[in-house]
Amino acid sequence: MVEEEGIRRYVAHIILWIGIAIVAFPVYIAIIASTQDNAAIANGQMSLLPGGHFFETYYQTLFVGTSGSTREPVLNMMLNSLIMAMMIAVGKIAISIISAYGIVYFRFPFRMPIFWIIFITLMLPVEVRIYPTYKIVADLHLLDSYAGLSLPLIASATATLLFRQFFMTVPDELLEASRIDGAGPFRFFWDTLLPLSRTNMAALFVILFILGWNQYLWPLLITTRDDMQTIQVGIRKMITTTDALTEWPVVMATALLAMLPPIFVVVAMQKLFVRGLVETEK
Amino acid sequence: MEKQSVFQSKLLPYALVAPQLAIVLIFFYWPAVQAVIQSFLLQDAFGLSTTFVWFENYLELFKDAAYFEAIVRTFAFSFAIAFSSLSFALLLAVMADKPLRGVTLYRTLLIWPYAVAPPVVGVLFIFMLHPSLGVLSRYLRALGVDWNPLLNGDQAALLIILAAAWKQISYNFLFFLAGLQAIPKSVFEAAAIDGARPMRRFWTVTFPLLSPTIFFLLVINIVYAFFETFGIIDTMTRGGPGKSTETLVYKVYSDGLLGGNLGSSAAQSVILMVIVIVLTGIQFRFVERKVTY
Amino acid sequence: MANVTLRNVRKTYPGGFEAIKGVNVDVGDGQFCVLVGPSGCGKSTLLRMVAGLETISSGEIDIGGRIVNQIEPADRDIAMVFQNYALYPHMSVYNNMAYGLRNRGMAEAEVKTRVEEAARVLELAPMLERKPRQLSGGQRQRVAMGRAIVRQPKVFLFDEPLSNLDAKLRIAMRVEIRKLQRRLNTTSIYVTHDQLEAMTLADILVVMNGGQVEQIGNPLDIYQKPATTFVASFIGAPPMNLMPLGSDELKSQIAGPDGAGILGIRPEDFVLSSETVSGGVALDLTVEAIEHVGAETFVYGSRQRAEQGVAANPGELPPGEVIVRVPGATGPAIGERIRALAPRDKLHLFTADGRKRVG
Repeated sequence: MVEEEGIRRYVAHIILWIGIAIVAFPVYIAIIASTQDNAAIANGQMSLLPGGHFFETYYQTLFVGTSGSTREPVLNMMLNSLIMAMMIAVGKIAISIISAYGIVYFRFPFRMPIFWIIFITLMLPVEVRIYPTYKIVADLHLLDSYAGLSLPLIASATATLLFRQFFMTVPDELLEASRIDGAGPFRFFWDTLLPLSRTNMAALFVILFILGWNQYLWPLLITTRDDMQTIQVGIRKMITTTDALTEWPVVMATALLAMLPPIFVVVAMQKLFVRGLVETEK
Repeated sequence: MEKQSVFQSKLLPYALVAPQLAIVLIFFYWPAVQAVIQSFLLQDAFGLSTTFVWFENYLELFKDAAYFEAIVRTFAFSFAIAFSSLSFALLLAVMADKPLRGVTLYRTLLIWPYAVAPPVVGVLFIFMLHPSLGVLSRYLRALGVDWNPLLNGDQAALLIILAAAWKQISYNFLFFLAGLQAIPKSVFEAAAIDGARPMRRFWTVTFPLLSPTIFFLLVINIVYAFFETFGIIDTMTRGGPGKSTETLVYKVYSDGLLGGNLGSSAAQSVILMVIVIVLTGIQFRFVERKVTY
Repeated sequence: MANVTLRNVRKTYPGGFEAIKGVNVDVGDGQFCVLVGPSGCGKSTLLRMVAGLETISSGEIDIGGRIVNQIEPADRDIAMVFQNYALYPHMSVYNNMAYGLRNRGMAEAEVKTRVEEAARVLELAPMLERKPRQLSGGQRQRVAMGRAIVRQPKVFLFDEPLSNLDAKLRIAMRVEIRKLQRRLNTTSIYVTHDQLEAMTLADILVVMNGGQVEQIGNPLDIYQKPATTFVASFIGAPPMNLMPLGSDELKSQIAGPDGAGILGIRPEDFVLSSETVSGGVALDLTVEAIEHVGAETFVYGSRQRAEQGVAANPGELPPGEVIVRVPGATGPAIGERIRALAPRDKLHLFTADGRKRVG
């Protein structure tokens, strides 16, 4: 429209750039801090321009860790986070897609009760049942293990519902054509349904990977050994010591390393990310 | 809705649902049932004996002024976070919905905070606003503000709200932008021809048409503020100073782990479950409405 | 090569709805059988029962001398072309056609030969590596055909395969399907609601209504001697004129057999003339509307002494209205009064309930 031209447009651009600046500012500070000397920061004299300790800080962060509190190399924490996130994302997709397949493409006694049993789990996040879950994981001797980190977080219905919804949109004739072409339940799943679900799986993977990587409360509870720590837990432990001893450049470098993989996923796979976000909230 | 064409098989479908069913039963239903049972039990100080106490744990909670404060605080945090994050995101989304060049770039530059984990958000904000070394605290002090969120409860609460709202901007922005783009442009054109100026158009056309999205996001944001803020609180204030930033989830955590009061912690969990179920119920009702909208 | 025989086939759904109420059809080896009828008449259900996609409540289906009631679709040696084609969207044209062959464990060399042969016949050779979404509607339809013919099955089943195409393409594909079927000489069953498609394709035409067979036979026989008023008005466009034989002028003109209650005359069997023919029927009409199609002209006239028409059948005219087909582009003017004559041997007589032909 005519009035969208001219000055209003500039105003919109300016507001958007201010918004971006506000959103980006905390990260900018973190980047700056990770390149500076700890003493300057501790004095409250931090400069707003990059310092010269970039390589030194990141080398120490990745391969050595802080000198005080945990002494765990952040690279190792990142590896733990990566394994946990992958197990959650892949595990959830795998068990969800086959159970959705069973529920949609078969008729069997107790089908609807089973569906409801799974469906209800949508309602309750892990936070409201942490201690009983902790106890079960402890009883199963899964503390400080990758299985213990990931299994309780796999127990949710979002992905199952998403696949069910998608399967319902696959035309019946495709199954019929497959049956005439001599494909049984396994072949139909592997040759037709799985390839058709690729985009949905990818979108879901992006979301689940981010959610898995960013888990905090659960890993905090069930990891006691430093070498099993995820990066989110590790970063918290770095600032538990008295303020004066906190190595802020290392903390900030860790913060940046912690956000790098999920941000990379969001930006590089933006289409899938947006799709996954919208689909899982439906 | 049901499929008309299905496979015939007696055992295969059970094998297909078995893995998920097993995980859900072991790691979801069993603990949930345990939480309910535990909430009726009282453990002595040494954990040596437990007695069945009916609703005593619940009654204790409701008599406890601190618990009420935590409930009020949690809801206050939720609304403050939702309101600030939603309004900022809506402003940005309305701007980005205009026929501008570079909208994809703007979107990319605004959505990434979604990927930042709550404890990392906490670390970023406490560093920025730390009383002695925070970059922004310098300016606040220069303005004459006695800024010390580590000692001042109100300032700590403000800090939590700021950090939590910051993280949620991208999510709200994305959904607002999608909601705005779903409104047919012809509606705005009709309003313009009817003589409505841009501001008036926003309040009389855009905002009402966007209300399903706003309501949906409001519920999502409240649930987010309930649970996802745990990481932010734990890295920034640990619920302190005093108990000024202790939310319901944080209280479950600290009462159970730090205080060792498992019965009370379980009762709190059960109450939280009820709150979540109510919120989810509202959301589902709303989703149904959205379909018919 | 095989016959397909349906013996007293019934289909009752769990809710008690009877979709097929006892159907007997015999399709000879290499014949092209068309099931035609209005939507909801059960023709697709019947086809899907032959395919094995629907269970058979009672009766028998026999393909090539083997009762197939309990046999899986894959083992019935049939191939099917679906209305929406049901192509695998993620597979190339080549793989779409090869899939059924590979599932049966056919050697890759043989698969290649067959697919390439089918592609050559259907002129799909240049697009074998494309995905279905990169094809036009007509091309997709041909891939669906190709998927059926590579299998070299005993029977082809077609479920309204042309209904998603535009009018011109539909006619072209209709001719292609018929030529292809003649060449392969494969027994075929074809479902359609389009009576023109049915007439042009069928060796045997099965007209269905309400889960039952109304008439089976050679298309021309059915056209010339419809067994019921339903068939009379469903087959042929524009439909046959059906008039009740009440106590009016018609009754006096016809010395029909006993029991005749409805008179049917096809629009093209009328002649406009002021004379009278002995043994035939003369109708005095006022012209209400004229349709010029080019090669022929349809005259819609109302009878001067109209009586209540015959009850609801597809394509029926309002009571008292008659269509007359006149060759060429000339016809009477609107409002003109004309006389339409039909000779005795062009009259169709049915019982008053329309269920039986009496002459």
